[in-house]
Amino acid sequence: MSVQKSHALKRFEPILLIAVGGFVGAILRSAVSDALPGAFPWGTLAVNVTGSFALGVLLYEAHLADMLAPETRLVVGTGFLSSFTTYSTFAVQTSQLSPMVAVLNIGANYVLGFLAVLLGRRIVGGVVS
Amino acid sequence: MNPVVLVGVGGMLGALSRYFVGQRVSGDGRGTLAVNVLGSLFLGALTASFTPNASLLMLFGTGFCGAFTTFSSFAFETVRLYERGKRRKAINNATINLVGALLAVAVGGFVVTVISP
Repeated sequence: MSVQKSHALKRFEPILLIAVGGFVGAILRSAVSDALPGAFPWGTLAVNVTGSFALGVLLYEAHLADMLAPETRLVVGTGFLSSFTTYSTFAVQTSQLSPMVAVLNIGANYVLGFLAVLLGRRIVGGVVS
Repeated sequence: MNPVVLVGVGGMLGALSRYFVGQRVSGDGRGTLAVNVLGSLFLGALTASFTPNASLLMLFGTGFCGAFTTFSSFAFETVRLYERGKRRKAINNATINLVGALLAVAVGGFVVTVISP
């Protein structure tokens, strides 16, 4: 009985962690977008770049140091950061921009997003070594 | 209903749905590609609808679609592919996500404008 109960809880735990992270991530993304109005989608760019940086730190930490609990990675990575950053809004906003600005938006999200991941890796590497 | 709660609940459901898709779709970045294209299809349809209800947009648009799709995992997976020497795969991943999502936005919008009276 008790064994079965703990097993059910174990299966439910990731769902609970991701639910909490996803809830908070979406609200914060919305708040950042509200705080950065204008013709250019600055809000989406901001969450995508900062979120990519943070996920880089979190996941390279797993590769290099592995001191964080798997639950932490689940709530912060799969839950919060993946909900905080977004691809669909980025795609819809890009399709609504003039061709020139659309290319600029794609370039900014891609280049800065990839660089942010690499910066996260560098920082973790510096702390670990 | 409070818009903050709508966005949060949508985000919660979006994140959970993404997690379940990720558990069923394996391969380098395949799960992320699946949610990004599918979520862009939904959001394209939602933003093209002629009767945008603010609450629905908060719950399904900003909340669900925003959280269901993700940029951070996409960026991390692309960088990982590249640094593991799978450069062509990395470039393909970056390209297919973009083309797939933009096409999905257009298809979603097109379908809505065709079926709406």
